[in-house]
Amino acid sequence: MDVFEKLKILTGAAKYDVACTSSGVDRSSGGVGVGNSTACGICHSFSADGRCISLLKILMTNYCIYNCSYCVNRRTNDIQRAAFTPRELADLTMNFYKRNYIEGLFLSSGIIRNPDYTCEQIIATLEILRNEYGFKGYIHAKAIPGASAELLHKLGVLADRMSVNIELPSQKSLQLLAPDKSKENILAPMGVIRDKIRENTTDLVRYNHAPKFAPAGQSTQMIVGATPDTDYQILNLTESLYNKYKLKRVFFSAYMPIGDNPLLPSKDTKPPLLREHRLYQADWLLRFYGFKASELLDEKHQNFNPLVDPKCSWALSHLDQFPVDVNTAEYETLLRVPGIGVNSARRIIIARRSCLLRFEHLKKLGVVLKRAQYFITCSGKITEGLKITEDIIIRNMITQSGMRFADELIQSGGYSQLSLFNDNTKVTAGDVMKCLSGQM
Amino acid sequence: MLERSNVVYVYDGTYYGLMCCVFESFYSHEIPCAIVADSAQQLSMLPPKFIETDTDKAHRVMRSIPNKISAKAEELVKLCFLSQLDDKELLILDFLKKGYKYGARVVYMLADDTVNKISKAVKNLTNEAHHFKGFVRFKVYDDMMFSQIEPKNYVLPLIKHHFCDRFPNESFVIYDKTHCQALVYKPYSSAIIQVDKVDLDEPDETEMKYQQLWRDYYNAIAIEQRYNPRCRMTHLPKRFWGDMTEFQSPSKLISKQKAES
Ligand code: SF4
Repeated sequence: MDVFEKLKILTGAAKYDVACTSSGVDRSSGGVGVGNSTACGICHSFSADGRCISLLKILMTNYCIYNCSYCVNRRTNDIQRAAFTPRELADLTMNFYKRNYIEGLFLSSGIIRNPDYTCEQIIATLEILRNEYGFKGYIHAKAIPGASAELLHKLGVLADRMSVNIELPSQKSLQLLAPDKSKENILAPMGVIRDKIRENTTDLVRYNHAPKFAPAGQSTQMIVGATPDTDYQILNLTESLYNKYKLKRVFFSAYMPIGDNPLLPSKDTKPPLLREHRLYQADWLLRFYGFKASELLDEKHQNFNPLVDPKCSWALSHLDQFPVDVNTAEYETLLRVPGIGVNSARRIIIARRSCLLRFEHLKKLGVVLKRAQYFITCSGKITEGLKITEDIIIRNMITQSGMRFADELIQSGGYSQLSLFNDNTKVTAGDVMKCLSGQM
Repeated sequence: MLERSNVVYVYDGTYYGLMCCVFESFYSHEIPCAIVADSAQQLSMLPPKFIETDTDKAHRVMRSIPNKISAKAEELVKLCFLSQLDDKELLILDFLKKGYKYGARVVYMLADDTVNKISKAVKNLTNEAHHFKGFVRFKVYDDMMFSQIEPKNYVLPLIKHHFCDRFPNESFVIYDKTHCQALVYKPYSSAIIQVDKVDLDEPDETEMKYQQLWRDYYNAIAIEQRYNPRCRMTHLPKRFWGDMTEFQSPSKLISKQKAES
């Protein structure tokens, strides 16, 4: 089989992994070898599905001894199989890198023979790249659950980022769909990586030249919509992964139906892209906006509102905390206003040092007034002539993606009229869900 | 007090030249109604005043910026000069005027029109430069690598360090077709030079092979059920496509090879 064939097969098999970021580490070539790395990451292209291409995301092999139901590479799936040799893969990476197609390599693999052997294959590839070719670009390596701690350590010294995919958000789902895996089996390597990173930081303080262990940290991925797990479960798990395992990123991947396993959504189910989008928005709120998972969802409201984004949803059910004044509010408070993001909040803080801000200034600072105006005042004043009723606010909060969602629903006869929230109750995610499913 | 005048300053298009325009404006107590580079088309009927580039005068202005305003202001002015903003010269003049008046805090006066426009133009420039760190595509020849880009802003000075650091032991050229400039690197020195035209041979088979492998990769990595051309267009507007390997059709060489095998 030639390299063209292998590339197509092993890329096709890797594409469902969503992580492609090359962020988290700054490294200069120092004039030797090839390559450097930028902490903010660099996108090299965007594929037809609109996702960023930063790394050569590929599998060592798509042969697998396991049989996870949701995965295209599962043992019983009748597909074409292929395998790269470490040398082939290292050469491909170098040649792509030199042409500036990519920022580096994201290497994962099906489990061939056993976890240790698989891990050794990945290590062999990275050793050629790092030690023989002097490659200083970005490397993201999948830690193979079940591989020995010693191999994990070797891998972590060669890679910038490591990841172990959780894939399914609950033990129950795992048992059902990935009988070869268990929660412990997945969390154990995560714990090992966390501890090594921690040890490494103290080592680095002590001796300057201690080899760096996964300097860009670790990440994971969860499939959304393959199992009945709710947004609430997913977000809570996400939060505890950030806290307990110090993950750099948690990625979500809308489930693409691939087979006709009765335990999984049928083949004609549409991937829940909007839901995935809402989870990313919420993840953003956890990481950069100082929100806690428990503020966004709770036992009673287990799923995000498809019509408005999670921050709006929060603001709408906390109208008593608004309006806030842009000339005096703290940065953290500004961040909670719909229509104000990290950048515009920073700009507001800077600009208000030299003058009192008025509404006409805010637009220039990047504030989305259409949404923000209902939640802010400028030195005690609201926008002139602004009518504030709950109904009007909600209409202005509905996002474009929410609108498209509603349109589709109407067209498909889901419900005939979009008359939202004309009573006086507070709006919550649950209400909208009810409204959308015609119960309200 | 500076007075508005209807004179047009014409300068040589260099940063030094612009600094001399600033000097002239303060020296003659006048604000020109436009400052245009020599090469820029002059549509105006207004009287031109040719500003001579004098290193001495330029240095006096350049020193005054960090001294009387701030290092941050100096950086902003330098970057703004590389931006694609049409009336950047006048804006820089106005910015400096305000800077001398208000001092270091001028860079934070984001509600002011001039400061706002400048910081947006600079953001646009640095964003575009960041994009090109990813969107540059090299064709590999025997003794060097070549890339062509068509940026709106003058991005070469901003991506120079990145690429020289990335490929310290290669020789390469990044040719900015829009502004007829090229970043030329040979271990271990670099320069940005004026280039009017570039003629290159067809690259060899190995190069063609990797180009095709990259196109195959590009097509294989997309998930059909998530097809979203609108999203791609936002992140990677069409204007970049022309110079990117993944959007170019395979050359004859490779299609012939494939047919044979
Ligand atoms: S172990 Fe990985 S590659 Fe193998 S079937 Fe499970 S998810 Fe797929």
